[in-house]
Amino acid sequence: MTNTNQILTPGTIGRRRAAIIPEQPPQLWKSVKPKKAYDIVIVGGGGHGLATAYYLAKNHGLTNIAVVEKGWLAGGNAARNTTIIRSNYLWDESASIYEHSLKLWETLEEDLGYEMFFSQRGVLTLAHSVSDVRSKRRNLYANALNGIDSEWLTPQEVKKLVPIINISEDVRYPVHGATYQPRGGIAKHDWVAWGYAKAASDLGVDIIQGTEVTGFDIRNNKVQGVHTSQGTIATGKVGLVAAGHSSILANLAGFSIPIQSRPLQALVSPLLEQVLNTVVMSGAVHVYVSQAHKGELVMGAGTDAFNSYAQRGGFHVVEHQLAAALELFPIFSRAQVLRTWGGIVDIAPDASPIIGLTPVENLFINAGWGTGGFKATPGSGWVMAHTMANGTPHKLNKPFALDRFATGHLIDEHGAAGVAH
Amino acid sequence: MSEIKFIFDDITYKGHHGEPMSAALLRSGLLTITNSTYHGRPRGIIGLGVEEPNAIVQLISDTKESMRPATVIEVADGLHVSSLTGVGALPEAPDEARYDKTNHYVDTLVIGAGVAGLKAAHEHLQLGRKVLLIDDQPKPGGHLLHLGMNLPSVLLDIFTNENLTYVPRCTAIGLYDQNYIVAVERRSDHLGEAAPAERARIRVWHIRADKVVLAPGAFQRPLIFANNDRPGIMLSHAAATYVAVYKVASFRQAIVATIDNQGYRDALRLHEAGVKIEGIYDVRQIASGPSIDAAKAAGIPIRFRTAVIDTLANEKGACTKVILSDIDTNETFERSADLLAVSGGWTPIADLPTYIGIKPQWSAKHAAFLVNHTTDILQTAGMLAGEFGGDDDPAIFFGPTLNDEQSRVAYIDFQRDATLHDLKRAVGAGLQSIEHIKRYTTIGTAHDQGKTSGMLTIGALWQLNNSTEGKNHSLSPADIGTLSFRPPYIPVPFAALAGRERGPLSDPIRISPLHQWHVAAGAEFEDVGQWKRPWYFPKTGESMDQAVRRECIAARKGVAIMDASTLGKIDIQGPDAAVFLDRIYTNMFSTLPEGQCRYGLMCKADGIVFDDGVTTRLGKNHFLMTTTTGGAARVLAWLEEWLQTEWPDLKVYCTSVTEHIATIALVGPKSRELLQELVTDINISKDAFPFMHSRNTTIDGIQVRIARISFSGELAFEINVTHSYAKHIWERLWTLGRRYELTPYGTETMHVLRAEKGYIIIGQDTDGTQTPYDLNMSWIVSKKKEFIGKRSFQLPYLQASGRPQLVGLLPEDIDEIIPEGAYITLYSAQADEDGKTPHTGFVTSSYHSPEMGRAFALALIADGLNRLGEIVSIPIGKKVLSATICDAVFIDKENLRRD
Amino acid sequence: MLYIPCPYCGLRNETEFHYGAEAGVGYPDPNTLTDDEWAKYIHIRANPKGWLAERWVHFAGCSRWFNLWRNTVTHEIGPAYLPFTEQPKAPSNIGQEEQKA
Repeated sequence: MTNTNQILTPGTIGRRRAAIIPEQPPQLWKSVKPKKAYDIVIVGGGGHGLATAYYLAKNHGLTNIAVVEKGWLAGGNAARNTTIIRSNYLWDESASIYEHSLKLWETLEEDLGYEMFFSQRGVLTLAHSVSDVRSKRRNLYANALNGIDSEWLTPQEVKKLVPIINISEDVRYPVHGATYQPRGGIAKHDWVAWGYAKAASDLGVDIIQGTEVTGFDIRNNKVQGVHTSQGTIATGKVGLVAAGHSSILANLAGFSIPIQSRPLQALVSPLLEQVLNTVVMSGAVHVYVSQAHKGELVMGAGTDAFNSYAQRGGFHVVEHQLAAALELFPIFSRAQVLRTWGGIVDIAPDASPIIGLTPVENLFINAGWGTGGFKATPGSGWVMAHTMANGTPHKLNKPFALDRFATGHLIDEHGAAGVAH
Repeated sequence: MSEIKFIFDDITYKGHHGEPMSAALLRSGLLTITNSTYHGRPRGIIGLGVEEPNAIVQLISDTKESMRPATVIEVADGLHVSSLTGVGALPEAPDEARYDKTNHYVDTLVIGAGVAGLKAAHEHLQLGRKVLLIDDQPKPGGHLLHLGMNLPSVLLDIFTNENLTYVPRCTAIGLYDQNYIVAVERRSDHLGEAAPAERARIRVWHIRADKVVLAPGAFQRPLIFANNDRPGIMLSHAAATYVAVYKVASFRQAIVATIDNQGYRDALRLHEAGVKIEGIYDVRQIASGPSIDAAKAAGIPIRFRTAVIDTLANEKGACTKVILSDIDTNETFERSADLLAVSGGWTPIADLPTYIGIKPQWSAKHAAFLVNHTTDILQTAGMLAGEFGGDDDPAIFFGPTLNDEQSRVAYIDFQRDATLHDLKRAVGAGLQSIEHIKRYTTIGTAHDQGKTSGMLTIGALWQLNNSTEGKNHSLSPADIGTLSFRPPYIPVPFAALAGRERGPLSDPIRISPLHQWHVAAGAEFEDVGQWKRPWYFPKTGESMDQAVRRECIAARKGVAIMDASTLGKIDIQGPDAAVFLDRIYTNMFSTLPEGQCRYGLMCKADGIVFDDGVTTRLGKNHFLMTTTTGGAARVLAWLEEWLQTEWPDLKVYCTSVTEHIATIALVGPKSRELLQELVTDINISKDAFPFMHSRNTTIDGIQVRIARISFSGELAFEINVTHSYAKHIWERLWTLGRRYELTPYGTETMHVLRAEKGYIIIGQDTDGTQTPYDLNMSWIVSKKKEFIGKRSFQLPYLQASGRPQLVGLLPEDIDEIIPEGAYITLYSAQADEDGKTPHTGFVTSSYHSPEMGRAFALALIADGLNRLGEIVSIPIGKKVLSATICDAVFIDKENLRRD
Repeated sequence: MLYIPCPYCGLRNETEFHYGAEAGVGYPDPNTLTDDEWAKYIHIRANPKGWLAERWVHFAGCSRWFNLWRNTVTHEIGPAYLPFTEQPKAPSNIGQEEQKA
C-alpha cells in the first residue's frame, strides 16, 4: 500500500521533483500461441478476465486455462478508466460484491507480489442539493448496516479534507456536504492488470494476445470450443469477460443480452505538484477527479449519448465536464488537458453487472459493469472464477444473474448517481 | 523588432519582441535550461516548437500558466518565467483572464499555413470557396519562416482575398467525426503587459467544414546514442534556424550527424552564419544531391558510414566532445564540438487524422509514417502526404548499436528520462505490443506526448528486433505498429475549454415570475433541477424549523400561499387526447368530466412509477397535465415518443406551457374567505365549486382558472394565470390577505403538509423501484384498460411478497426526527458474523408535525402494510431509535378538511 | 459532436438531439408475451458493431422523432428516415466488422 503523497502548499511556484516510479519487474507474462485444447477459455484479456484466470488457478487449482485477447492485453477499459476504487454502493447486493472487491484490493499487492500504487486516500462523493443530500445520506445509512466505512462530511469538513475545493454559496450548485469513504482510493490501472497477468502466467495460465474470437462451437446447447483467428480451440468451459464487446460475443453464441455499448471519456493533465490527495466525485455536476501518484490530474466525464464501438466520444462532453470542474476547483483553471481518450462501456438497464450462467451450458458471462468496472476487478474475477469452477454462482453474484430482467428483480444503481463511477 | 527584457529564473534577459523565448535564451548563451525530471541531468533546448521535450517552463507573470515549452512563448516586456523539472505548479491566484468560444461553419478549413497549406488555401479560394486558414505560428510561412525566406507573391496575395479568414496562433487540437474541428487560438499571451484586459486570452474554435485540408508539416527527430541529451545537442533544423534566423552566435564549432540530406542543408546554413563545421557524419553509404554538392563545395568535411555513439561534457554538463563510430569497422574516434546538430529524419505530424481512425502508412522512401489521404471531405497535404520537397533520401536509421552501459544514458523520451535501456528491459520482460512498451517505459506520456520520442521508439524497437538473434526480423518499422495519438494535439488549459460556462452561466437558472417577490420577502431558496424554488420564508431571527412550523400552522389553521409555478404543465389537445391519457396513466381519464381534475400516476414499461400529477379536463378534447417540477421535460419527451413512434394514428398535440402559466396555491381553512374577496364572477362555495373541479373566471378582469386541488389536505385553491399577470394576482392576494395573516410558504412546508396526508413525492418516497402497489395505490391501477407498464406487474418479482411498501412511522420519542434515508431493522436486530445487519426498509420522508406536535415519517418497509403496529429499530450511528409502523395518512383520514 | 441530418431541420449538431436506441422495435401486444419475451421487449435493443438503424429526436429543434442509419464503429452517418416509412437499405458494409447483434 502506498499513501506517501504529501500535499504541498498550493500556489507556491517553484521546482518540484516528480515522485519516483518503482522499476517494473524484469519479467512479466509469457505470450504464447494457443494450444489445441484447454479446460477453460477466458475470452477477454482485460483486468476482469485476467483476474478470473488468476483466481481459477489460485482458488480452484485450475491452470489449463487460456486467456484469449483480441488486441493487446488490458488494452480496453483496463487501460482507459479513472482508477477509482470504493464500495459504498446503495443496494445490499452491490455493496456486498464491491466490498468483497475492496477487501481483496487491501491485500492485492502482497497477494500478487506486485506494486500497483494502491492508495486508500479516501473517496468523497459530493451532494449539491437538498434532494442530493437526502439520497447520499441514505447511501450512508445503508453502508453502515453493510459494515462499510462511510461518513458524512459538512461543507466545512469537506474543505478541511480538500483545501482547494470551493464551498462558497455563490457557485451554481454549491456543495451541501459529502459522503466520505476513507478506505476508497485509486490504483495504477495498467499495473493491476499486469499484476494479474504475471501472477496468472506464473501459475501456468496461457496468455494469448492478438487473437480474435470469431465464434463458438456449440453442440446440444453445450459449448465445446472457441473459433478464433488462430484456429479453433477445444474447451470445456468458456467465460466471456470482454467489456465493450459483450453483446457481440453473446450474439456469436446465439443469445442476446440487455447491454448497450457507449463511449466514456477521461482525461489527464501533465504532472502537477500535489494539490489533491482525495478522490472527489460529483455525480450531480459530472466531475470525477483524483491526482495520481506521479502528479497528473485524472478526470472522468459522463458517457456519450449514443452506442459506439469507436473508443472516442464528443469533445463537448469534455468541455462541459471541465466547466463543472472549475466551479469546484478554481485552482484547476491553468491546469492543462494533456490527453483525452474514450473507452467502450457496456451498460445494463439497471446499471448493474451481469455475472453468471447463460442460456448455453458451460458458457458464462461477466458483463455490464458500465462506468464502474475497475474497482470491481478483484471481486469480479473472484466470483466469476467461483461460478466457472463450480458451474453455479457464488452467493455474491447470484443476484446479478442474466435472468433478473425476466423476473423483474433489477438492482437499480441509477438512483445514487447518473453515472455510477 | 523592438528590444524587450524578460526574466528567466531570476535573471533578466534581453530579447526581440515576439521572438521565441528559446531564441533569446540561446542568444544569451544559456544552454542549460533545467534538470531532467527523474535523472536530474542538465538539459537544454533542442527544438523549435511544440515538439520541444526539455525546455518546459512556468509563467510567473500574467497568465501564470505552467508546463509551456519555451520554444512557443513569444517574449514581450514584463515576461517572467521560471524553469520546471517536469512537474508543473497550479498558482492559487485567481485566473482573471477571459476565455471564450466561437462556432464557425466554412467551405474549406486549411490547417497549417506552410507552403502546402497556403497552396491549398489558394486553390480553394480560386474555386470561389470561403476558406478558414488556421496556423499555430504568429505569421504564415511555416518552414519558410525557419529558413528566413519570404512567401512567393502568389501565396501572399491570398491574404487580401475577402473569402479568406486567417487566424494565426491558432492550433487545431482535435479532428472529430463529420469534419468537426476544435482549435485553440492564443490571443493575448504574446502581447505581455500590453494585452488589452477585455480581450479573451484564449478562444476555442468549434469548426464545421465541408472540406478539411491537413497540412501540419513535420518534426525533425533526434538520434539515439549515449549521452544524446546534453545541452548543446540540438535538432539540426532548429540549430540552423536559431543561428541563421535568430542570430544565435554562441556556438563556435559544430558537428552535424545525419541520416538524410537535411543535415547537409542545415550544416550549410550554420556554415554560412559563421559556425565552423567540424564535419558532417552521415550514416549512409552514399548520398547525392545539390545540398551534398554544396557542402562539398563549401569545404565542409563529410564522412559516410559514421554515427555518433556517445558524447562528453564539460563541468556544466554541456556537450564538448562527440564520440563517433565507423559503422562497418566499429572503430571509434573523438571530435570536439560545442554544438552537435542532429538530423534523424522527419516525422510528419499525423496526430489529427488518427483521431478519427485513419492509420498512417510506412514509407521506406521517406523513412516515415505518412497519411496520404484524399476523400471528398478530407485531404492531407505537404509533408504529411509525403511531399518532403527536398532531396532528403533518408536512411532508415535511429541510432547505432549500444552496449548496456551506453543504453542507460541513451535517451528516447527526454522529458520522461526514458532510455534505450528501459526499452530493452521492456522487451526482455516479454512485452511485444508497443502500447505495453509505452506504458512500461512511460515513453510518450509527457507534455509533448511523444512528438519526438514516438517514432524513435518504433525505430529502436525495430532495430532491436532485427539485431536480436532468434527473433523474427521485422520487415519495416510498420511491423512494430504505431503509437496511438489522442487529442488534444497540444495541452490546453482547463479554463479555455470551460469557456464562459462558469458561475451563473454554468447551467441555466430557471425562476418563476414571482421570484423577485420571494427574494424581497427574504426567502431561502432550494435548487430543484434548474429551478430556484423558495424553500422557506424566515422572519428576522427565525431558524428554518421555526419558520416551517409557523408556515405549517398558517396553512392548517388560517391561510397560506405558495408559488407552485414550477410544476410542469403540458397542454394536451386533440380528438384522441382522452384515449391517449388512458394509455399513459395507470388510471382512467376518458371518464373524467369536463371541468374536473384527477390525480394520475404514470409508469414506464417496466411497471415502475415514473411521474405523477393532477390533470384537468378543460374541454372534450383538451387536457392540462401537471407533472413534477423536475420531471416536466422527461414527461413531455415521453408523451411525444409514444405519440410519434408508436401511436401516430392518435390525433393528439402536446405543448409545454410550464412557463406560460403561473400557479398560485391558496391553502388553508380561510382560503375560501380570502379568495371570495377577489372572485366575484363565480360561486366558489363548497357546493357550487366541489373538490377536484376547475372553473374559469376573472380576477380584476384577468382571465384565471381556479382549481380545487389540495396537496396539503386543507381547503385549497390553485389559481392559474398567464405568467405576466402572476405578480398582480399574488400581490392582490397579499394585500387582501393581511387581515387573514396570509403566510407565504416554501417547499419544506409543502413537504411537511403533504407527508402528514401521506401524499408521495416522486423521487423522495420513490427511488425508481416502486410499482403503484408498493405505494399502497392499488386504487389508482385500472383493471379495465391497457396502459404502459401494466404487463410488468405480472413479473414474478413485481408481485412477490415482502416488497417494500409505503407506510408511516411514529418515533417512540416524539421529538426525535428520524434522519431521512435512515435504514430500518427488526426491533433490536444485531449485526451478523459478517458485520452486516439485515434491514427491513428505509425512511423516505421525516419531519416534525406542528399539527400532531410530534415527529413522524414515511417509510418503505418490507411487507409494511401487513405490519402496522410493529415496533422497529432505526440505528443511527451508535444510537438506536425505535418507531411504530402505522398508516401513511396521519391527519384527517376522512378527508373532511379539504372542503 | 456528430452532425445529424434532421429530416425536418437539416444538419444540426448532436447536442440538439436525444438518442433513442434501436429503431423499429414495435410495441408488442403485452398480453400475448411470456415474461421472457416481455423482458426482451423492455430491455433488449440491438447493439451491433457497424451500421445500426437507430432513433433520434431533435428535442432542441422540431421535437420530432426520426430514424437514422449510423455506423457504430466509424461514426459515419447514413440516411435518415421517418418512422412508419420504408427503411432504406443499410449503407455499404464493406470494410465493416460483423453486423449482427
